[in-house]
Amino acid sequence: MQKSKLGLDFQKVEYARGLAKGIAQDVQSFVEQYTTVAVERTLCRLMGIDGVDDNDVPLPNVVVEALKDKGVLSEGALFFIANAMIQTGLKPQQIAEKVAADEIDITKVVTTDPKAIADVLQPVIDESMARIRARRARREHYLDTIGEGPKPYLYIIVATGNIYEDVVQAQAGARQGADVIAVIRTTGQSLLDYVPYGATTEGFGGTFATQENFRIMRKALDEVGEEQGRYIRLCNYCSGLCMPEIAIMGAFEGLDVMLNDALYGILFRDINMQRTLIDQYMSRVINGFAGVIINTGEDNYLTTADAVEAAHTVLASDLINEQLALMAGLPEEQMGLGHAFEMDPMLENGFLLELAQAQMTREIFPKATLKYMPPTKFMTGNIFRGHIQDALFNMIGIWTHQGIQLLGMPTEAIHTPFMSDRYLSIENAKYIFNNMRSIGDEMEFKEDGICRNRVKEVLGNTIKLLEDITKEGLFTALEKGIFGDVKRPKNGGKGLAGVTMKGANYLNPFIELMKGKR
Amino acid sequence: MSEGLYSMEAKDFDKTLDLSKIKPYGDTMNDGKVQLSFTLPVPCGAEAVEAAKQLMRKMGFDNPSVVFYQELTPGFTFLNCYGSCTHTVDYTNIYVPKVESNTMDMYETDEYIKENIGRKIVVVGASTGTDAHTVGIDAIMNMKGYAGHYGLERYEMIEAYNLGSQVPNEEFIAKGIELHADALLVSQTVTQKDVHIQNMTNFIELMEAEGLRDKMICCCGGARITHELAKELGFDAGFGMNTYADDVASFIVQEMVKRGMK
Repeated sequence: MQKSKLGLDFQKVEYARGLAKGIAQDVQSFVEQYTTVAVERTLCRLMGIDGVDDNDVPLPNVVVEALKDKGVLSEGALFFIANAMIQTGLKPQQIAEKVAADEIDITKVVTTDPKAIADVLQPVIDESMARIRARRARREHYLDTIGEGPKPYLYIIVATGNIYEDVVQAQAGARQGADVIAVIRTTGQSLLDYVPYGATTEGFGGTFATQENFRIMRKALDEVGEEQGRYIRLCNYCSGLCMPEIAIMGAFEGLDVMLNDALYGILFRDINMQRTLIDQYMSRVINGFAGVIINTGEDNYLTTADAVEAAHTVLASDLINEQLALMAGLPEEQMGLGHAFEMDPMLENGFLLELAQAQMTREIFPKATLKYMPPTKFMTGNIFRGHIQDALFNMIGIWTHQGIQLLGMPTEAIHTPFMSDRYLSIENAKYIFNNMRSIGDEMEFKEDGICRNRVKEVLGNTIKLLEDITKEGLFTALEKGIFGDVKRPKNGGKGLAGVTMKGANYLNPFIELMKGKR
Repeated sequence: MSEGLYSMEAKDFDKTLDLSKIKPYGDTMNDGKVQLSFTLPVPCGAEAVEAAKQLMRKMGFDNPSVVFYQELTPGFTFLNCYGSCTHTVDYTNIYVPKVESNTMDMYETDEYIKENIGRKIVVVGASTGTDAHTVGIDAIMNMKGYAGHYGLERYEMIEAYNLGSQVPNEEFIAKGIELHADALLVSQTVTQKDVHIQNMTNFIELMEAEGLRDKMICCCGGARITHELAKELGFDAGFGMNTYADDVASFIVQEMVKRGMK
């Protein structure tokens, strides 16, 4: 067993992990009985259905709405698409176009024979799987040839609201040293129950996540990556009401990192918990297969709850997120489990508590590509102090070997980053990472000191919390406001109408295919 | 040359403070010293430095100096600069509208409500429109509050409802009616392209259309919100930087008493 620098009791860690597994299994047995409109639209996209109708409604929405209107969504999109293929001999895209033109009744059933259905779907399934495999191979080829930057990866955001301007900013960031470029979505997209189509040049605080925008940015990053001799990863947001759809678009277009938390939408976007938990499963199956690193959003708990008092909720949620991800076939190396540097900077020895927790997270998830979030809550507009807060955060990042360092900006809380803000932040991180490269290997934590005692306390509280959740189940725990001080009712929130129980003819062969094969 | 440890610049200007003609202060009264940094969309080099100096002269700076410059990406140069501002402002003639209430702490406010209103008051808050950020409304409403100032949920005499983020104005107002709100708090964090102005204007229009504008106290808040802007848009008060739950609660209860809302 690994040796802890902090004197962590790994037997207790394994006990906590076992509790999280039980909680996740409980959720999983619920999830497997249901599907959602978003999952079905994802399957439409996996059938090659894309584009929009005359009213700019995406064709996957057109098909799924048609099934929902007739009350047959529970049988699933694939069952009806297969039937329409057998009946008409057309391709899924042509069928979707006919549905949009009102020229076909897609709910007409000609066969329920599983063999006949499987036979007609197989070539289309093979094509989609090959498309995703090819994308994955393309990334791996880049990593084998031009390589990548050292960890922690430097992660920056672009958020101009115009995809073409985002490209300029992203390429500049990559030239300055960024390893991961996250293209911020427009505020409000998480609550759209469809994914907009085409290139977009508007939005607030970011622009839309669309498949075309993914393609434009992927091309730009490949260009600058080749120029710099370093693969540049592209990140977007696989959250909200279209989690699995965004996942499949990202898998088709070669995204590398996706924000993809099992609980975030419930807590911070008031999306119905049943809907999100079902959607996260399919989205993570896709991300796992596509080789995408997922990022979880535990850092957000600390923007609403206190970072010292609520540290154990972050660890508990990381453990649950880990287990849910494993159930979706996502390997540990692709888990960007989240945590954050969010304590009040006026706290005495706050740095030591942050350091202890970051090291604890590293030791508990040794293979994960941990995502470490910068200070945001106590960034005040004092850009000079802010730059120092970010420096302290960067010291912990290099000290504790984080996977992805989400760079803080001195102008956090003022505006979306200027080109120069990003430059200053990257300079800050590169300076500290180089100047303190091996500090983690040199320093040890004092017996019975502040750091060792802190992690003992956090782990103990985490176990208590996981025991409580085990007794009640995750749904009830969420109703009681266990994470981020946010309470959500099981039947409240947005998107519940899109949840339906799977029927007798339901099929989704992609789950097993993607989980089974690499 | 002006480089070196000691400034060799002329210091023969009037060094007495005149509040009717103030300018920035570096280390000597009326030296007008300002530090600024910006990016120019031109290649890095002597021409970029000269362009920055010329631009600073147009901004009204004497002795512009570029102390550091760096290429951010081909075609973009970042510059750190200093200059002496030539403009002045008459401080004696400045008027800034402010929220007119005495700020009381939580205990004083609770007492004030007991004595002057005699029942619990209802405050409903949300981050409205497309704004997904709850940091502002949470700082004001959550039990714990922010920077040592308890939030409204902790007040004994306030029933506080925090509806969270991305609440449409219609839904927010409907909830206010349902809960018999005395005051509505609108939080706006995202201000890019003035999205908050459109949203807050829409809120006030809806309140007026529903005939509710005078029945509830309407406040707004956020890092980029000022009281002046709030008044201009038709709110009763606006709470910007460095204001806390104390300020919001004090204003609401005093305004209620002023209006005779019981």
